Amino acid sequence: MVTITMNGKEIKAEKGKTILECARENNIYIPTLCYDETLSIYGGCRLCVVEVEGARNLVASCTTEATEGMVIQTESEKVVKARKNVIDLLLSNHPIDCLTCEKAGNCDLQDVAYRYGVREPSYIGEVIEYAVDDANPVIARDPNKCILCGKCVRVCDEIQVTHAIDFVDRGFGATVGTPFNEPISYEICRLCGQCVSVCPTGALTNRQFEGTRPWEVEKVTTTCSLCGVGCTYDLNVKDGRVVGVTPKPDSIVNGSSLCVKGRFHTDFAYSPDRITTPLIKKDGEFVEASWDEALDFIAEKLNKIKAEDGPDAIAGLSSARCTNEENYLFQKMMKAAIGTNNVDHCART
Amino acid sequence: MKLIVGQGSCGVAAGAVKVYKALEEEIKNSSADIELGTTGCIGSCYLEPIVDFIDDAGEKTTFVTVDGEKAKEIVKDIVAGKAKENECIIGDEDVEAMAKQKRISLRNCGIINPENIDEYIEAGGYKAIERCIKEMTPEEVIEEVKVSGLRGRGGAGFPTWFKFNAARQSPGDVKYLVCNADEGDPGAFMDRSIIEGDPHALIEGMIVAGYAIGASEGIIYVRAEYPLAIKRLNIAMAQAREKGYLGADLFGEGKFNFDLRIKAGAGAFVCGEETALLESLEGNRGMPRPKPPFPAQKGYWGKPTNINNVETFANIPFILANGGEAFAAVGTEDSKGTKLFALAGKIKKGGLVEVPMGMTIREIIFGIGGGIANDKKFKAVQMGGPSGGCIPAEFLDTPIDYKSIQETGAIMGSGGMVVMDETTCMVDMAKFFLDFTCKESCGKCTPCREGTKRMLEMLERITEGKGEPGDIEKLIDLGEFIKTTSLCGLGQTAPNPVLTTIKYFRDEYEAHINDKKCPAKQCKELLTYTIDPEKCTGCTICARNCPASAITGTLKETHKINQDLCIKCGKCYEVCRFGAVAVE
Repeated sequence: MVTITMNGKEIKAEKGKTILECARENNIYIPTLCYDETLSIYGGCRLCVVEVEGARNLVASCTTEATEGMVIQTESEKVVKARKNVIDLLLSNHPIDCLTCEKAGNCDLQDVAYRYGVREPSYIGEVIEYAVDDANPVIARDPNKCILCGKCVRVCDEIQVTHAIDFVDRGFGATVGTPFNEPISYEICRLCGQCVSVCPTGALTNRQFEGTRPWEVEKVTTTCSLCGVGCTYDLNVKDGRVVGVTPKPDSIVNGSSLCVKGRFHTDFAYSPDRITTPLIKKDGEFVEASWDEALDFIAEKLNKIKAEDGPDAIAGLSSARCTNEENYLFQKMMKAAIGTNNVDHCART
Repeated sequence: MKLIVGQGSCGVAAGAVKVYKALEEEIKNSSADIELGTTGCIGSCYLEPIVDFIDDAGEKTTFVTVDGEKAKEIVKDIVAGKAKENECIIGDEDVEAMAKQKRISLRNCGIINPENIDEYIEAGGYKAIERCIKEMTPEEVIEEVKVSGLRGRGGAGFPTWFKFNAARQSPGDVKYLVCNADEGDPGAFMDRSIIEGDPHALIEGMIVAGYAIGASEGIIYVRAEYPLAIKRLNIAMAQAREKGYLGADLFGEGKFNFDLRIKAGAGAFVCGEETALLESLEGNRGMPRPKPPFPAQKGYWGKPTNINNVETFANIPFILANGGEAFAAVGTEDSKGTKLFALAGKIKKGGLVEVPMGMTIREIIFGIGGGIANDKKFKAVQMGGPSGGCIPAEFLDTPIDYKSIQETGAIMGSGGMVVMDETTCMVDMAKFFLDFTCKESCGKCTPCREGTKRMLEMLERITEGKGEPGDIEKLIDLGEFIKTTSLCGLGQTAPNPVLTTIKYFRDEYEAHINDKKCPAKQCKELLTYTIDPEKCTGCTICARNCPASAITGTLKETHKINQDLCIKCGKCYEVCRFGAVAVE
């Protein structure tokens, strides 16, 4: 353990923790834009700078380990001035269109600008104009709103292990790009949308939320039904209708991670093709049936086949959309009730 | 008898290859018994191509600014026994300039053949590493370096022994040694000259360092724009391997294995920053890592790593062969040994010089560099490249040592010295360096990426006559912010050229902003060309040469410049034979 002093308050901290971690554990606010506890430490945005007694420069709290006897000021005049400057510089190269931005109300840059009272940029100069990439149906990429925090690059590399995007070019012209500057597509990425989750600004947004303000939705926590992993996420419901999905970071199974299906395929709920009752083919046509009717029908057919041709005339194929428990029960049924080893699973390779 | 042709990049650019061929041909034609050899750059780049003649008694005669024709004359004169009468003989002044230097890291440059290991060995080479392995423990080697007082020559001036020791003490079985030869400052060529002229000095220095810290693998990160340096390093490494100075079990003591390899940098200035260099070595985009952890703790692939620049390593063999005391005997109390400087800009004798620490800037520029080109007035010298600052005339007597240079606001840096005369606009100069760092910023951290761009835009506006009151304060404010909050050394030093020029030449900034004038008459947009009716003879030459047809007037009548059409190219000023065109 080490003892440090933060804003005049003595704090005991575990050795090896950064100043930022110590501050958060003690409910001391330090703003960040490029920090994410699930990703590697980056130290790029410089918004989390604090004043450490005896240090030549301001130090980035996200990269600096708290050491014994450190005396730290997190909101000194010098620190606040530097943070305002960081925000000012970021805004000087950022569209000031918060009134119509999809991210408004859920934007980290907007939040820190509000907190530190930076209404508009004081630096006037070049603003690079990039084309917006909305060639795919689910992710909109607006590099004009990118602040180069690198979270998308890291989450794609470190969590998703796809590394579909990375920084290109240098200096003021640096941006996050795709191979050969192609639009985002299933060929170059998995469209998992992990990058959308971590983006602090409107540079990467979920297109399913277009036209929905963040405060208009009710979040309903549920379990994804699309496979057996059982990810937890929040359904975002507006006027009784599911708009889309956002991750629930404290989910035990998946944390903030979601796949392309879980994140973007809730729209199947409203598909006109969706089958909501069992169907039994009668006179060459599928006819709606009750569950009892359908189960009786299946049981009768299976019994008949088993009696006439033996249990090995029957085979079962299970779905990856079922849970482990369901899959277990299915093979148990095939072996014990039907009496055959002819059972397989669609995900077996 | 032997003739040696200087064939560093500077010599080659000046025509040394042609000279070599001419000498070869003439020697063949005259059937003279003259051996022909090659060497690296001696430092006097302004005298290239340089040819040294060593007679049978071992006496050296130097011929300078030789070309193909003159080379033939030299051979003829030698054959006729009157070499001393040749017109290309080096002048006394140039010999004196050389004598004022103290050559430790350049000890063999321009003397031995860099592509022949035997010449290096003959000059005492590979004795240091032999002594280390046979007689010393790694701790004793580090102690010797400590006694020498050597500090890192890459710019920051960190004590070398301390870095060695930190890497040695850092726990881990695998440790790495890295040489930073990614020399990128505009106008700097110290590392290139050492590698081209004496690659074995670097190799031996690295072997010693590898022994000291406990590394068995060393990597030389050299920029790909140095093809000759890479070629000579490869030759030298192959020769060292053949002689058993690189490879398994050096000197058969069963103690130490060490080998080297080269990594050619892809051309990013920021990769000279040690953590960005490590990222690049690992195959990633060259972007700096936060420090700590320092490379000595977690460097290449997370292993303890020692990184030093070429000049630092090149001093090591001297220290271990002659003892730390011998090195410490040169220089000042806090800065021991010598320092290399690349003299460039508006100087008479541009080139590479090695001087003892403590020599004054005046002595270097005027005593060795011969003063300002075209006998113009000295204005300032930019030290430390784009990360450094300018030192004005009033500080010319500042001695070269880490502390004194830092007190002026500049830094020792890796050794770039760009000299400026009275015709240099300091705002324009600051703009040049900032444009460089702005473009070379990796883009990782906000202050450097966005801040240097906004500073540059302010400077652009000022030099275009669009500066506003308060701009100077804004530049200082933003500059200090970038210095104190940037992630790496590039950003932390990028504002220095601007801040030091404001400190010493604030009046020039004020003239640009308040009076819309450029005192050095360099900023085009602020110039006004006019024709003095008293002096104009109506010769029409200005009107005929004006590319914008902005000058009106007929023969024998006073001409006039239409300011709306004038593009301020200065052509009229150049061509007027009567001094009638004035520029304000």
